[in-house]
Amino acid sequence: MSSLPRDAVSAVALPAAPAGAVGARASREPGRLLPYLQSLPLWLVMGGFLLLPIAAIVVVSFWDDQDYALVPAFIFDNYRDAFSSSVTWSTYLSTLRYTAIVWAATLAIGFTAAYYLAFHVRSMLWQMVLFQICAIPFLTSNVIRMISWIPFLGRNGLLNRALIGLGLTDHPFEFLLFSPFAVCLAFVHLYTLFMMVPIFNTMMRIDRSLIEAARDGGAGPVAVLRHVVVPLSLPGIAIGTIFVVTLVMGDFVTVQMMSGGQSASVGLLMKNQISLLQYPSAAAQAVVLLLTVLLMVWAILRVVDIRKEL
Amino acid sequence: MEKSGLRHWLLAGFFALFVAFLYGPTLTILILSFQGPDGGLTFPMRGVSLHWFVNLFQPQMVGDFGGALRRSLALALIVMGLTVLIALSAGLAFRRRCFGATALFYLTVASLIVPSILISLGIGLMFNLAGLPPAWWSSALGAHLTWTLPFGVLIMLAVFNRFDRSLEEAAHDLGASPWQGFRFVVLPLILPSLIGVGLFGFSLSYDEFSRTVMAAGSQNTLPLEIFATTTNVTTPVLYALGTLTTAFSLALVVTVLIAVLAMRRRRRATA
Repeated sequence: MSSLPRDAVSAVALPAAPAGAVGARASREPGRLLPYLQSLPLWLVMGGFLLLPIAAIVVVSFWDDQDYALVPAFIFDNYRDAFSSSVTWSTYLSTLRYTAIVWAATLAIGFTAAYYLAFHVRSMLWQMVLFQICAIPFLTSNVIRMISWIPFLGRNGLLNRALIGLGLTDHPFEFLLFSPFAVCLAFVHLYTLFMMVPIFNTMMRIDRSLIEAARDGGAGPVAVLRHVVVPLSLPGIAIGTIFVVTLVMGDFVTVQMMSGGQSASVGLLMKNQISLLQYPSAAAQAVVLLLTVLLMVWAILRVVDIRKEL
Repeated sequence: MEKSGLRHWLLAGFFALFVAFLYGPTLTILILSFQGPDGGLTFPMRGVSLHWFVNLFQPQMVGDFGGALRRSLALALIVMGLTVLIALSAGLAFRRRCFGATALFYLTVASLIVPSILISLGIGLMFNLAGLPPAWWSSALGAHLTWTLPFGVLIMLAVFNRFDRSLEEAAHDLGASPWQGFRFVVLPLILPSLIGVGLFGFSLSYDEFSRTVMAAGSQNTLPLEIFATTTNVTTPVLYALGTLTTAFSLALVVTVLIAVLAMRRRRRATA
Protein backbone atom coordinates (compact mmCIF):
# COMPACT_ATOMS: atom_id res chain seq x y z
CA MET A 1 0.00 0.00 0.00
CA SER A 2 2.54 2.53 1.12
CA SER A 3 5.06 3.62 -1.42
CA LEU A 4 7.27 5.35 1.10
CA PRO A 5 10.44 3.50 2.04
CA ARG A 6 9.77 1.93 5.37
CA ASP A 7 13.23 2.50 6.83
CA ALA A 8 13.19 6.18 6.03
CA VAL A 9 9.85 6.72 7.71
CA SER A 10 10.58 4.57 10.73
CA ALA A 11 13.80 6.44 11.37
CA VAL A 12 11.72 9.45 12.24
CA ALA A 13 8.36 8.09 13.14
CA LEU A 14 9.10 4.93 15.11
CA PRO A 15 10.06 6.68 18.34
CA ALA A 16 7.02 8.86 17.81
CA ALA A 17 4.51 6.09 17.62
CA PRO A 18 3.99 5.26 21.31
CA ALA A 19 3.25 8.86 22.14
CA GLY A 20 1.05 9.62 19.18
CA ALA A 21 -0.97 6.44 19.25
CA VAL A 22 -1.75 6.09 22.92
CA GLY A 23 -2.38 9.77 23.42
CA ALA A 24 -2.15 11.83 26.55
CA ARG A 25 -3.26 9.02 28.83
CA ALA A 26 0.11 7.32 28.76
CA SER A 27 2.76 9.44 30.35
CA ARG A 28 5.48 6.83 30.35
CA GLU A 29 8.91 8.36 30.70
CA PRO A 30 10.24 7.77 27.19
CA GLY A 31 7.00 9.11 25.75
CA ARG A 32 7.53 12.53 27.28
CA LEU A 33 10.68 13.19 25.36
CA LEU A 34 9.28 12.14 22.01
CA PRO A 35 7.68 15.44 20.96
CA TYR A 36 11.03 17.10 21.63
CA LEU A 37 12.84 14.56 19.49
CA GLN A 38 10.22 14.94 16.78
CA SER A 39 10.47 18.71 16.70
CA LEU A 40 14.27 18.70 16.86
CA PRO A 41 14.88 18.59 13.08
CA LEU A 42 12.62 21.61 12.53
CA TRP A 43 14.38 23.46 15.36
CA LEU A 44 17.74 22.67 13.77
CA VAL A 45 16.74 23.98 10.34
CA MET A 46 15.05 27.10 11.71
CA GLY A 47 17.90 27.78 14.11
CA GLY A 48 20.67 27.12 11.64
CA PHE A 49 19.22 28.70 8.53
CA LEU A 50 16.89 31.40 9.87
CA LEU A 51 18.02 32.59 13.32
CA LEU A 52 21.78 32.26 12.84
CA PRO A 53 21.81 34.01 9.45
CA ILE A 54 19.73 36.88 10.84
CA ALA A 55 22.10 37.06 13.82
CA ALA A 56 24.99 37.18 11.33
CA ILE A 57 23.31 40.08 9.51
CA VAL A 58 22.73 42.00 12.75
CA VAL A 59 26.35 41.49 13.85
CA VAL A 60 27.84 42.45 10.48
CA SER A 61 25.62 45.55 10.29
CA PHE A 62 27.81 47.05 13.05
CA TRP A 63 31.07 46.05 11.35
CA ASP A 64 33.37 48.08 9.20
CA ASP A 65 34.61 47.28 5.73
CA GLN A 66 38.02 48.27 4.45
CA ASP A 67 39.34 47.35 1.02
CA TYR A 68 36.40 44.97 0.44
CA ALA A 69 37.20 43.02 3.62
CA LEU A 70 35.00 42.71 6.69
CA VAL A 71 36.48 44.26 9.81
CA PRO A 72 34.86 43.37 13.14
CA ALA A 73 33.87 46.54 14.98
CA PHE A 74 30.98 48.15 16.79
CA ILE A 75 30.16 51.23 14.78
CA PHE A 76 26.89 52.84 13.79
CA ASP A 77 28.23 54.29 10.54
CA ASN A 78 26.30 51.87 8.35
CA TYR A 79 22.99 52.89 9.91
CA ARG A 80 23.93 56.57 9.85
CA ASP A 81 24.83 56.28 6.16
CA ALA A 82 21.60 54.46 5.42
CA PHE A 83 19.38 56.99 7.16
CA SER A 84 21.21 60.10 5.99
CA SER A 85 21.17 59.08 2.33
CA SER A 86 18.36 60.52 0.27
CA VAL A 87 18.61 57.42 -1.94
CA THR A 88 17.41 55.25 0.95
CA TRP A 89 14.35 57.42 1.54
CA SER A 90 13.35 57.70 -2.10
CA THR A 91 13.90 53.95 -2.53
CA TYR A 92 11.65 53.18 0.43
CA LEU A 93 9.05 55.55 -0.98
CA SER A 94 9.17 53.80 -4.35
CA THR A 95 9.01 50.34 -2.73
CA LEU A 96 6.05 51.38 -0.57
CA ARG A 97 4.28 52.74 -3.64
CA TYR A 98 4.75 49.42 -5.44
CA THR A 99 3.50 47.62 -2.33
CA ALA A 100 0.37 49.77 -2.10
CA ILE A 101 -0.52 49.45 -5.78
CA VAL A 102 0.14 45.71 -5.92
CA TRP A 103 -1.74 45.14 -2.67
CA ALA A 104 -4.83 46.97 -3.94
CA ALA A 105 -4.77 45.15 -7.28
CA THR A 106 -4.17 41.66 -5.86
CA LEU A 107 -6.87 42.23 -3.23
CA ALA A 108 -9.45 43.33 -5.81
CA ILE A 109 -8.65 40.49 -8.23
CA GLY A 110 -8.01 37.83 -5.58
CA PHE A 111 -11.18 38.65 -3.65
CA THR A 112 -13.39 38.65 -6.73
CA ALA A 113 -11.94 35.38 -8.06
CA ALA A 114 -12.22 33.72 -4.64
CA TYR A 115 -15.78 35.01 -4.28
CA TYR A 116 -16.75 33.53 -7.62
CA LEU A 117 -15.18 30.17 -6.74
CA ALA A 118 -16.64 30.00 -3.25
CA PHE A 119 -20.19 31.24 -3.87
CA HIS A 120 -20.96 30.91 -7.56
CA VAL A 121 -19.46 27.53 -8.44
CA ARG A 122 -21.89 25.01 -7.07
CA SER A 123 -20.19 21.67 -7.57
CA MET A 124 -17.25 20.69 -5.39
CA LEU A 125 -15.54 19.03 -8.34
CA TRP A 126 -15.60 22.20 -10.44
CA GLN A 127 -14.43 24.21 -7.48
CA MET A 128 -11.43 21.91 -7.19
CA VAL A 129 -10.71 21.90 -10.91
CA LEU A 130 -10.90 25.70 -11.26
CA PHE A 131 -8.79 26.14 -8.13
CA GLN A 132 -6.11 23.84 -9.54
CA ILE A 133 -6.16 25.76 -12.83
CA CYS A 134 -5.32 28.92 -10.87
CA ALA A 135 -2.64 27.14 -8.85
CA ILE A 136 -0.72 25.48 -11.69
CA PRO A 137 1.11 28.61 -12.94
CA PHE A 138 2.47 28.91 -9.41
CA LEU A 139 4.46 25.75 -10.09
CA THR A 140 6.52 27.35 -12.82
CA SER A 141 9.55 29.48 -12.21
CA ASN A 142 9.06 33.17 -11.38
CA VAL A 143 11.92 34.06 -13.72
CA ILE A 144 10.25 32.24 -16.62
CA ARG A 145 6.91 33.86 -15.81
CA MET A 146 8.56 37.26 -15.99
CA ILE A 147 10.37 36.50 -19.25
CA SER A 148 6.99 35.52 -20.67
CA TRP A 149 5.85 39.14 -20.59
CA ILE A 150 8.56 40.27 -23.02
CA PRO A 151 6.95 39.11 -26.29
CA PHE A 152 3.60 40.26 -24.95
CA LEU A 153 4.40 43.80 -23.85
CA GLY A 154 7.40 44.72 -26.02
CA ARG A 155 7.51 47.40 -28.68
CA ASN A 156 6.54 44.85 -31.33
CA GLY A 157 4.69 42.72 -28.83
CA LEU A 158 1.25 41.20 -29.10
CA LEU A 159 -0.50 43.92 -27.15
CA ASN A 160 0.90 46.80 -29.22
CA ARG A 161 0.10 44.93 -32.44
CA ALA A 162 -3.44 44.33 -31.25
CA LEU A 163 -3.90 47.98 -30.26
CA ILE A 164 -2.57 49.17 -33.63
CA GLY A 165 -4.64 46.55 -35.44
CA LEU A 166 -7.77 47.76 -33.71
CA GLY A 167 -6.94 51.31 -34.70
CA LEU A 168 -6.76 52.46 -31.08
CA THR A 169 -3.32 53.94 -31.57
CA ASP A 170 -1.01 54.54 -34.52
CA HIS A 171 2.31 54.16 -32.73
CA PRO A 172 3.34 51.42 -30.25
CA PHE A 173 3.25 52.28 -26.55
CA GLU A 174 6.75 52.28 -25.10
CA PHE A 175 5.65 52.34 -21.47
CA LEU A 176 4.35 48.76 -21.51
CA LEU A 177 7.70 46.99 -21.02
CA PHE A 178 10.65 47.97 -18.82
CA SER A 179 8.64 50.47 -16.81
CA PRO A 180 6.98 50.78 -13.39
CA PHE A 181 3.81 49.60 -15.12
CA ALA A 182 5.51 46.36 -16.18
CA VAL A 183 6.82 45.87 -12.63
CA CYS A 184 3.32 46.19 -11.15
CA LEU A 185 1.83 43.92 -13.80
CA ALA A 186 4.43 41.22 -13.13
CA PHE A 187 3.90 41.49 -9.37
CA VAL A 188 0.14 41.12 -9.76
CA HIS A 189 0.72 38.18 -12.12
CA LEU A 190 3.07 36.46 -9.68
CA TYR A 191 1.36 37.12 -6.37
CA THR A 192 -2.44 37.30 -6.83
CA LEU A 193 -2.59 33.61 -5.95
CA PHE A 194 -1.08 34.35 -2.52
CA MET A 195 -4.04 36.66 -1.89
CA MET A 196 -6.69 34.46 -3.48
CA VAL A 197 -5.94 31.18 -1.68
CA PRO A 198 -6.28 32.42 1.94
CA ILE A 199 -9.42 34.40 1.06
CA PHE A 200 -10.93 31.35 -0.67
CA ASN A 201 -10.14 29.26 2.42
CA THR A 202 -11.95 31.60 4.81
CA MET A 203 -14.87 32.03 2.43
CA MET A 204 -15.34 28.26 2.23
CA ARG A 205 -15.71 28.21 6.01
CA ILE A 206 -18.47 30.84 6.10
CA ASP A 207 -21.68 29.21 7.28
CA ARG A 208 -24.05 29.44 4.30
CA SER A 209 -27.06 29.78 6.60
CA LEU A 210 -25.74 33.18 7.70
CA ILE A 211 -26.10 34.39 4.14
CA GLU A 212 -29.56 32.84 3.88
CA ALA A 213 -30.51 34.59 7.10
CA ALA A 214 -29.24 37.93 5.85
CA ARG A 215 -31.23 37.48 2.62
CA ASP A 216 -34.34 36.49 4.51
CA GLY A 217 -33.87 39.58 6.64
CA GLY A 218 -34.13 41.65 3.48
CA ALA A 219 -30.46 42.32 2.72
CA GLY A 220 -29.63 42.87 -0.91
CA PRO A 221 -26.55 41.33 -2.57
CA VAL A 222 -24.41 44.39 -1.80
CA ALA A 223 -25.49 44.42 1.86
CA VAL A 224 -24.75 40.68 2.16
CA LEU A 225 -21.31 41.25 0.70
CA ARG A 226 -20.60 44.23 2.91
CA HIS A 227 -21.99 43.05 6.22
CA VAL A 228 -21.54 39.27 6.03
CA VAL A 229 -18.98 38.10 3.45
CA VAL A 230 -16.32 40.80 3.80
CA PRO A 231 -16.20 40.84 7.63
CA LEU A 232 -16.02 37.05 7.77
CA SER A 233 -13.30 36.98 5.08
CA LEU A 234 -11.09 39.44 6.94
CA PRO A 235 -8.71 36.82 8.38
CA GLY A 236 -8.03 35.49 4.88
CA ILE A 237 -7.57 39.02 3.55
CA ALA A 238 -5.09 39.68 6.38
CA ILE A 239 -3.05 36.54 5.63
CA GLY A 240 -3.01 37.34 1.91
CA THR A 241 -2.00 40.92 2.71
CA ILE A 242 0.91 39.72 4.84
CA PHE A 243 2.09 37.49 1.98
CA VAL A 244 1.84 40.18 -0.69
CA VAL A 245 3.33 42.96 1.45
CA THR A 246 6.33 40.91 2.55
CA LEU A 247 6.95 39.52 -0.95
CA VAL A 248 6.85 42.94 -2.62
CA MET A 249 8.79 44.76 0.11
CA GLY A 250 11.71 42.35 -0.15
CA ASP A 251 11.71 41.90 -3.91
CA PHE A 252 14.65 42.67 -6.11
CA VAL A 253 14.43 40.38 -9.12
CA THR A 254 11.03 41.51 -10.44
CA VAL A 255 11.94 45.19 -10.18
CA GLN A 256 15.32 44.58 -11.80
CA MET A 257 13.96 42.52 -14.69
CA MET A 258 10.72 44.31 -15.45
CA SER A 259 11.87 47.91 -15.00
CA GLY A 260 14.93 47.33 -17.16
CA GLY A 261 17.07 48.84 -14.40
CA GLN A 262 15.08 52.08 -14.38
CA SER A 263 13.34 51.64 -11.07
CA ALA A 264 14.55 51.09 -7.53
CA SER A 265 13.49 48.92 -4.63
CA VAL A 266 14.97 48.29 -1.21
CA GLY A 267 15.91 44.74 -2.18
CA LEU A 268 17.62 45.93 -5.34
CA LEU A 269 19.51 48.58 -3.38
CA MET A 270 20.77 45.84 -1.06
CA LYS A 271 21.65 43.59 -3.96
CA ASN A 272 23.71 46.34 -5.57
CA GLN A 273 25.56 46.93 -2.31
CA ILE A 274 26.23 43.21 -2.08
CA SER A 275 27.61 43.04 -5.59
CA LEU A 276 29.95 45.90 -4.63
CA LEU A 277 30.95 43.75 -1.63
CA GLN A 278 29.67 46.40 0.79
CA TYR A 279 28.35 43.75 3.18
CA PRO A 280 28.06 45.91 6.33
CA SER A 281 25.98 48.53 4.47
CA ALA A 282 23.79 45.81 2.97
CA ALA A 283 23.40 44.22 6.40
CA ALA A 284 22.30 47.54 7.94
CA GLN A 285 19.76 47.96 5.12
CA ALA A 286 18.61 44.38 5.74
CA VAL A 287 18.02 45.06 9.44
CA VAL A 288 16.03 48.19 8.61
CA LEU A 289 14.01 46.26 6.01
CA LEU A 290 13.33 43.42 8.44
CA LEU A 291 12.12 45.84 11.12
CA THR A 292 9.94 47.67 8.60
CA VAL A 293 8.34 44.42 7.42
CA LEU A 294 7.82 43.14 10.97
CA LEU A 295 6.22 46.46 11.90
CA MET A 296 3.84 46.17 8.95
CA VAL A 297 2.93 42.59 9.86
CA TRP A 298 2.38 43.64 13.48
CA ALA A 299 0.10 46.47 12.31
CA ILE A 300 -1.92 44.06 10.17
CA LEU A 301 -2.27 41.64 13.09
CA ARG A 302 -3.44 44.49 15.32
CA VAL A 303 -6.30 45.18 12.90
CA VAL A 304 -7.35 41.60 12.17
CA ASP A 305 -7.31 38.59 14.48
CA ILE A 306 -6.09 35.66 12.40
CA ARG A 307 -5.59 33.17 15.24
CA LYS A 308 -8.73 31.28 14.31
CA GLU A 309 -7.16 30.62 10.92
CA LEU A 310 -4.07 28.99 12.40
CA MET B 1 -33.59 36.23 -10.49
CA GLU B 2 -32.71 37.92 -13.79
CA LYS B 3 -30.30 40.25 -12.02
CA SER B 4 -28.48 37.55 -10.10
CA GLY B 5 -28.07 35.65 -13.38
CA LEU B 6 -26.34 38.67 -14.87
CA ARG B 7 -24.08 38.97 -11.81
CA HIS B 8 -23.19 35.31 -12.13
CA TRP B 9 -22.08 35.72 -15.73
CA LEU B 10 -20.15 38.89 -14.98
CA LEU B 11 -18.24 37.07 -12.26
CA ALA B 12 -17.66 34.07 -14.50
CA GLY B 13 -16.36 36.40 -17.20
CA PHE B 14 -14.04 38.05 -14.71
CA PHE B 15 -12.73 34.67 -13.61
CA ALA B 16 -12.13 33.64 -17.23
CA LEU B 17 -10.17 36.85 -17.82
CA PHE B 18 -8.14 36.15 -14.70
CA VAL B 19 -7.25 32.68 -15.97
CA ALA B 20 -6.34 34.14 -19.38
CA PHE B 21 -4.13 36.67 -17.58
CA LEU B 22 -2.42 33.83 -15.68
CA TYR B 23 -1.79 31.68 -18.75
CA GLY B 24 -1.50 34.20 -21.58
CA PRO B 25 2.20 35.03 -21.28
CA THR B 26 3.18 31.38 -20.81
CA LEU B 27 1.25 30.40 -23.92
CA THR B 28 2.98 33.19 -25.82
CA ILE B 29 6.44 31.85 -25.06
CA LEU B 30 5.23 28.31 -25.71
CA ILE B 31 4.33 29.34 -29.26
CA LEU B 32 7.45 31.45 -29.76
CA SER B 33 9.76 28.65 -28.64
CA PHE B 34 8.88 26.89 -31.91
CA GLN B 35 10.11 29.95 -33.81
CA GLY B 36 11.98 29.26 -37.07
CA PRO B 37 15.80 29.51 -37.13
CA ASP B 38 15.67 33.11 -38.45
CA GLY B 39 12.97 34.28 -36.07
CA GLY B 40 13.43 36.70 -33.20
CA LEU B 41 12.13 37.24 -29.69
CA THR B 42 8.74 38.54 -30.79
CA PHE B 43 6.10 37.76 -33.37
CA PRO B 44 5.83 37.23 -36.30
CA MET B 45 6.81 33.59 -36.46
CA ARG B 46 9.33 33.01 -39.24
CA GLY B 47 8.51 29.41 -39.85
CA VAL B 48 8.02 26.64 -37.33
CA SER B 49 10.93 24.54 -36.09
CA LEU B 50 12.56 22.74 -33.20
CA HIS B 51 15.74 24.70 -33.91
CA TRP B 52 15.89 26.41 -30.50
CA PHE B 53 15.26 23.20 -28.56
CA VAL B 54 18.16 21.57 -30.42
CA ASN B 55 20.23 24.69 -29.84
CA LEU B 56 19.57 24.39 -26.11
CA PHE B 57 21.44 21.10 -25.91
CA GLN B 58 24.41 22.11 -28.01
CA PRO B 59 27.53 22.45 -25.92
CA GLN B 60 28.56 25.82 -27.37
CA MET B 61 25.48 27.41 -25.78
CA VAL B 62 26.28 30.09 -23.24
CA GLY B 63 26.15 28.72 -19.73
CA ASP B 64 25.87 25.20 -18.44
CA PHE B 65 22.21 24.21 -18.60
CA GLY B 66 22.81 20.49 -18.32
CA GLY B 67 24.82 20.84 -15.12
CA ALA B 68 22.41 23.40 -13.68
CA LEU B 69 19.44 21.15 -14.48
CA ARG B 70 21.11 18.13 -12.82
CA ARG B 71 21.96 20.17 -9.72
CA SER B 72 18.45 21.63 -9.50
CA LEU B 73 16.85 18.18 -9.84
CA ALA B 74 19.14 16.64 -7.22
CA LEU B 75 18.58 19.55 -4.85
CA ALA B 76 14.80 19.48 -5.37
CA LEU B 77 14.71 15.72 -4.64
CA ILE B 78 16.75 16.14 -1.44
CA VAL B 79 14.57 19.10 -0.37
CA MET B 80 11.44 17.06 -1.14
CA GLY B 81 12.55 14.14 1.04
CA LEU B 82 13.71 16.31 3.93
CA THR B 83 10.58 18.48 3.78
CA VAL B 84 8.29 15.44 4.04
CA LEU B 85 10.24 13.85 6.90
CA ILE B 86 10.80 17.03 8.93
CA ALA B 87 7.24 18.36 8.41
CA LEU B 88 5.69 14.97 9.31
CA SER B 89 7.88 14.68 12.38
CA ALA B 90 7.07 18.23 13.51
CA GLY B 91 3.38 17.66 12.75
CA LEU B 92 3.41 14.64 15.09
CA ALA B 93 5.21 16.69 17.75
CA PHE B 94 2.65 19.52 17.53
CA ARG B 95 -0.14 17.05 18.35
CA ARG B 96 1.12 16.91 21.90
CA ARG B 97 1.75 19.69 24.33
CA CYS B 98 5.43 20.34 24.67
CA PHE B 99 7.53 23.21 25.87
CA GLY B 100 8.61 25.57 23.09
CA ALA B 101 6.03 24.40 20.56
CA THR B 102 4.49 27.88 20.26
CA ALA B 103 7.89 29.48 19.75
CA LEU B 104 8.76 26.91 17.10
CA PHE B 105 5.46 27.53 15.36
CA TYR B 106 5.97 31.29 15.22
CA LEU B 107 9.55 30.78 14.07
CA THR B 108 8.30 28.60 11.21
CA VAL B 109 5.72 31.19 10.18
CA ALA B 110 8.39 33.91 10.42
CA SER B 111 10.54 31.88 8.05
CA LEU B 112 7.78 32.26 5.48
CA ILE B 113 7.46 36.03 5.73
CA VAL B 114 11.07 37.13 6.23
CA PRO B 115 12.06 38.76 2.91
CA SER B 116 13.95 36.25 0.80
CA ILE B 117 16.93 38.51 0.23
CA LEU B 118 17.56 38.52 4.00
CA ILE B 119 17.75 34.72 4.12
CA SER B 120 20.02 34.76 1.10
CA LEU B 121 22.33 37.47 2.45
CA GLY B 122 22.30 36.01 5.97
CA ILE B 123 23.22 32.50 4.89
CA GLY B 124 25.90 33.89 2.57
CA LEU B 125 27.35 35.96 5.44
CA MET B 126 27.13 33.05 7.88
CA PHE B 127 29.11 30.75 5.57
CA ASN B 128 31.55 33.58 4.90
CA LEU B 129 32.12 34.17 8.63
CA ALA B 130 32.49 30.45 9.28
CA GLY B 131 35.03 30.21 6.47
CA LEU B 132 32.96 27.64 4.59
CA PRO B 133 32.45 27.83 0.83
CA PRO B 134 28.73 28.03 -0.01
CA ALA B 135 27.46 25.23 -2.23
CA TRP B 136 24.16 24.08 -3.63
CA TRP B 137 24.10 21.00 -1.37
CA SER B 138 24.81 22.91 1.85
CA SER B 139 23.89 26.59 1.99
CA ALA B 140 21.33 26.52 -0.83
CA LEU B 141 19.76 23.38 0.68
CA GLY B 142 19.27 25.24 3.97
CA ALA B 143 17.89 28.29 2.16
CA HIS B 144 15.37 26.11 0.31
CA LEU B 145 14.25 24.38 3.51
CA THR B 146 13.42 27.76 5.09
CA TRP B 147 10.98 28.21 2.20
CA THR B 148 9.49 24.69 1.83
CA LEU B 149 9.19 23.73 5.51
CA PRO B 150 6.71 26.45 6.57
CA PHE B 151 4.33 25.27 3.84
CA GLY B 152 4.91 21.62 4.78
CA VAL B 153 4.41 22.19 8.50
CA LEU B 154 1.26 24.30 7.99
CA ILE B 155 -0.20 21.57 5.76
CA MET B 156 0.63 18.86 8.32
CA LEU B 157 -0.97 20.95 11.09
CA ALA B 158 -4.14 21.29 9.04
CA VAL B 159 -4.11 17.54 8.31
CA PHE B 160 -3.68 16.51 11.95
CA ASN B 161 -6.29 19.08 13.08
CA ARG B 162 -8.83 17.27 10.99
CA PHE B 163 -7.55 13.80 11.85
CA ASP B 164 -10.00 11.61 13.74
CA ARG B 165 -8.12 10.36 16.81
CA SER B 166 -10.75 7.74 17.55
CA LEU B 167 -9.37 5.74 14.61
CA GLU B 168 -6.06 5.41 16.40
CA GLU B 169 -7.79 4.57 19.66
CA ALA B 170 -9.79 1.88 17.89
CA ALA B 171 -6.56 0.40 16.55
CA HIS B 172 -5.11 0.50 20.04
CA ASP B 173 -8.17 -1.19 21.53
CA LEU B 174 -7.90 -3.92 18.92
CA GLY B 175 -4.39 -4.63 20.15
CA ALA B 176 -2.28 -2.74 17.65
CA SER B 177 1.07 -1.58 18.93
CA PRO B 178 1.68 2.17 18.70
CA TRP B 179 3.97 1.58 15.74
CA GLN B 180 1.34 -0.59 14.02
CA GLY B 181 -1.25 2.10 14.73
CA PHE B 182 0.95 4.63 13.01
CA ARG B 183 2.03 2.39 10.15
CA PHE B 184 -1.35 0.85 9.28
CA VAL B 185 -3.85 3.52 10.37
CA VAL B 186 -2.32 6.99 10.45
CA LEU B 187 0.18 6.71 7.62
CA PRO B 188 -2.22 5.38 4.94
CA LEU B 189 -4.75 8.08 5.83
CA ILE B 190 -2.28 10.96 5.59
CA LEU B 191 -0.32 9.54 2.65
CA PRO B 192 -2.03 11.72 0.00
CA SER B 193 -1.23 14.81 2.07
CA LEU B 194 2.37 13.68 2.47
CA ILE B 195 2.66 13.26 -1.30
CA GLY B 196 1.19 16.74 -1.66
CA VAL B 197 3.77 18.15 0.76
CA GLY B 198 6.55 16.40 -1.15
CA LEU B 199 5.34 17.60 -4.53
CA PHE B 200 4.96 21.15 -3.23
CA GLY B 201 8.42 21.02 -1.70
CA PHE B 202 9.89 19.72 -4.94
CA SER B 203 8.45 22.44 -7.14
CA LEU B 204 9.11 25.25 -4.65
CA SER B 205 12.75 24.17 -4.54
CA TYR B 206 13.09 23.49 -8.27
CA ASP B 207 11.89 27.03 -9.05
CA GLU B 208 13.43 28.85 -6.09
CA PHE B 209 15.44 31.91 -7.06
CA SER B 210 15.59 34.76 -4.55
CA ARG B 211 16.65 32.75 -1.47
CA THR B 212 19.29 30.90 -3.47
CA VAL B 213 20.89 33.85 -5.21
CA MET B 214 23.64 34.47 -2.65
CA ALA B 215 23.68 30.99 -1.17
CA ALA B 216 24.42 28.78 -4.17
CA GLY B 217 28.17 29.25 -4.38
CA SER B 218 30.00 28.97 -7.65
CA GLN B 219 27.71 26.42 -9.30
CA ASN B 220 24.32 27.76 -10.35
CA THR B 221 20.97 26.09 -9.94
CA LEU B 222 18.69 26.19 -12.98
CA PRO B 223 16.67 29.34 -12.08
CA LEU B 224 19.94 31.21 -11.39
CA GLU B 225 21.32 30.00 -14.71
CA ILE B 226 18.17 31.12 -16.53
CA PHE B 227 18.33 34.51 -14.85
CA ALA B 228 21.98 34.94 -15.83
CA THR B 229 21.01 33.96 -19.38
CA THR B 230 18.33 36.65 -19.66
CA THR B 231 21.01 39.33 -19.62
CA ASN B 232 23.15 37.96 -22.44
CA VAL B 233 20.97 35.71 -24.60
CA THR B 234 18.63 37.41 -27.05
CA THR B 235 17.37 34.43 -29.02
CA PRO B 236 14.26 32.27 -28.60
CA VAL B 237 16.48 29.64 -26.94
CA LEU B 238 15.34 31.36 -23.75
CA TYR B 239 11.74 30.51 -24.58
CA ALA B 240 12.67 26.93 -25.43
CA LEU B 241 14.19 26.64 -21.98
CA GLY B 242 11.10 28.19 -20.38
CA THR B 243 8.81 25.84 -22.28
CA LEU B 244 10.86 22.78 -21.28
CA THR B 245 11.00 23.56 -17.55
CA THR B 246 7.31 24.47 -17.47
CA ALA B 247 6.39 21.26 -19.30
CA PHE B 248 8.54 19.32 -16.85
CA SER B 249 6.81 20.86 -13.79
CA LEU B 250 3.39 20.25 -15.33
CA ALA B 251 4.17 16.63 -16.20
CA LEU B 252 5.30 16.01 -12.64
CA VAL B 253 2.14 17.51 -11.12
CA VAL B 254 -0.17 15.61 -13.45
CA THR B 255 1.65 12.31 -12.81
CA VAL B 256 1.41 12.69 -9.05
CA LEU B 257 -2.25 13.76 -9.18
CA ILE B 258 -3.10 10.71 -11.27
CA ALA B 259 -1.17 8.49 -8.86
CA VAL B 260 -3.03 9.91 -5.86
CA LEU B 261 -6.41 9.50 -7.57
CA ALA B 262 -5.56 5.93 -8.51
CA MET B 263 -4.52 5.21 -4.94
CA ARG B 264 -7.81 6.58 -3.62
CA ARG B 265 -9.78 4.50 -6.06
CA ARG B 266 -7.91 1.37 -5.08
CA ARG B 267 -8.53 2.07 -1.41
CA ARG B 268 -12.22 2.58 -2.06
CA ALA B 269 -12.28 -0.70 -3.96
CA THR B 270 -10.65 -2.63 -1.12
CA ALA B 271 -12.72 -0.95 1.61
